Amino acid sequence: MSDFAQTLITAIAIGSLYALIALGYTMVYGILKFINFAHSDIVVLGAWGSYSLSVRILPALGYGLNEVPPVWVALMILLLAMIFCGAIGFTIERLAYRPLRRAPRLNVLITAIGVSLLLQNVGQLSFVFGASPQDMPPLLSDRALATFSFGEGESARQLVIGMVDVVIFATATSLMLIMQYLVFHTQLGVAMRAVSFNTDTAALMGIPVDRVVSFTFVLGSMLAAAAGFLIVMKYPSISQPAHTIWVLLGLKAFVAAVIGGIGNVRGAVLGGFVIAFVEQFGAFYVSSNYRDVYVFTLLILILLVKPSGLLGSTLREKV
Amino acid sequence: MISLNREFLQRTGIVAMLITGLSLTISGCQNGGSDEILIGHYGSLTGSQATFGISTDNGIKMAIEELNAAGGINGRKVKLVTYDDKGEAREASTAVTRLVTKDGVVAVIGEVASGLSLAAAPICQEGGVPMISPSSTNPKVTKVGDMIFRVCFIDPFQGKVCAKFAREHESLKASKAAIVTDQGSPYSVGLEEEFEKSFVAFGGTVVSKQTYQAGDQDYSAQLTSIRAAEPDVIFVPGYYTEVASMILQARKLGMTQPFVGADGWDSAKLGEIAGDAINGCFYSNHYSQEDPSPKIQDFIAKYKAKHNETPDALAALGHDSAMILFDAMKKAGTLEGAAIAAELAKTKDFDGITGKISIDAERNAVKSAVMLEMKNGVPKYVATIQPGE
Repeated sequence: MSDFAQTLITAIAIGSLYALIALGYTMVYGILKFINFAHSDIVVLGAWGSYSLSVRILPALGYGLNEVPPVWVALMILLLAMIFCGAIGFTIERLAYRPLRRAPRLNVLITAIGVSLLLQNVGQLSFVFGASPQDMPPLLSDRALATFSFGEGESARQLVIGMVDVVIFATATSLMLIMQYLVFHTQLGVAMRAVSFNTDTAALMGIPVDRVVSFTFVLGSMLAAAAGFLIVMKYPSISQPAHTIWVLLGLKAFVAAVIGGIGNVRGAVLGGFVIAFVEQFGAFYVSSNYRDVYVFTLLILILLVKPSGLLGSTLREKV
Repeated sequence: MISLNREFLQRTGIVAMLITGLSLTISGCQNGGSDEILIGHYGSLTGSQATFGISTDNGIKMAIEELNAAGGINGRKVKLVTYDDKGEAREASTAVTRLVTKDGVVAVIGEVASGLSLAAAPICQEGGVPMISPSSTNPKVTKVGDMIFRVCFIDPFQGKVCAKFAREHESLKASKAAIVTDQGSPYSVGLEEEFEKSFVAFGGTVVSKQTYQAGDQDYSAQLTSIRAAEPDVIFVPGYYTEVASMILQARKLGMTQPFVGADGWDSAKLGEIAGDAINGCFYSNHYSQEDPSPKIQDFIAKYKAKHNETPDALAALGHDSAMILFDAMKKAGTLEGAAIAAELAKTKDFDGITGKISIDAERNAVKSAVMLEMKNGVPKYVATIQPGE
């Protein structure tokens, strides 16, 4: 029982992270119909940005790198990292993707791979982030928020609800609710959905398409930055920017977006949680050898049974 | 059309000339002075095993400085060419190909990780360049061919040492063990097999076997499974970055069992990342920094003066592999690969920092191992285990 609950908690925390990243993939796809392969590198920027900001801001404010600062410091670093990545996302769209707005979709796709490689390798330069893992100074106390004991004597086991897991879930949920409000209850959201539905008609109706696209990139990048920040809260040892672990993370979030129905905002969140559950429970109950296999098998099954994803609507061909 | 073609030819001609000129300059730089002997080193200077490569490189450089100060090899100075392989097999092959074919090194030292040594060894073997791995413990490494040597013990011994220690040491006395393996690493997989075999032979049982991949960040699924199996000890034959994160996460899950590991743990980073969580965990290693022998203490003092940190076993093994190589080069009297390899194979009772080194018929070193215990973030000496035991 405690093991089931423990796995559940991990799955929820990891699912929140996948969902945050998947949102970025799905929003860009929804509007521009292309897959932004550089999105996982924005997560990396969020993670490493949080690290770089922390090691500079903490001493400047008079806190040691090993003591936990007040909550507002963590919030400030999260906000700064989000602004930083939002700016980077804006720049990437402006310089790399906008000139290709009328080009075949394949060109943009290949450009996205180029941007991804550029970000990875620039990040590895010694005066940027460097090519070795670093340790994130603790911004949150890693104490257990609640501990429950199950069983007696020798086989007594604990269910530990960690502070960090709760923070991840809470932050991700509030960001996703803000997102939901923005997309479905504001004028900007209406514009986004209109551009997503038909770019040309939206433009004819007087919607500033370029501005809406920019905004989508900024929003997606900010969510990715938040995911990067939360990842280093949970896993303080940060891998170097070109490490395959980041590619795999981006790939899984992308799978989450596809499983949920790419282009569908709620689907991305659902997909994120679904693959985290499959991954964690598969690893616990079956075998940890095939952790990634479960995720990609599920992808194949979904593509066979419901190619448009769990919440995806059937494809409408534009005439 | 003709004029276009001519223009095209002219342009290609200029580009070709530029490229040739450039490559001549580059190769001119790399060959160095003609009286210097070039030795190659490939190691992970960056990446998640960065301390392995950096320590080894420091050790080799110290040996070269000592050698050159004492007059070099028959009057000729030795120069080191080091390439970073970032801890990736593909990069290791590229680096060694460059060392062997382009730089024309006399011998190659590297790698620490067995998987990377295995990737590069065939290139040295085919190129006829002797390669000495300072610290790859997987038995397959030297089986690649007669040009490949090592100056450390191998995993059938190390796995047995760890199993015996886990089973018999008074603070462990484990009867149930769990094992977590890095499934992409020949080092980890090889050690896991040897440990399990020995642990069962000594009367213990393995209650849970889990795997991870290098670079993984989350181990909760594996650890929760292990927690359910209630082992007395958890054996993790992995590299320090992942091991440190895993132990941190285990402690957060309320698991108090001691972890046992092998020489892949040996890095100052292990204690830095894991902090107090790793206290009371053990690992096997090639030498102990607390060994009072004057040779070791002298080495530590010199290393500390230069790098301002205590040398780990990889620095000592890097130093030893260079020293053994120089010894063989002096004896061979020529820089021919086969002659040096023949002398390396004859090495007997060489007095190294990490003990007396004799190369056996399989081109492995026969040496004792030490067990260390992590206390307040630093490894402390616990026991020495001889090869015969």
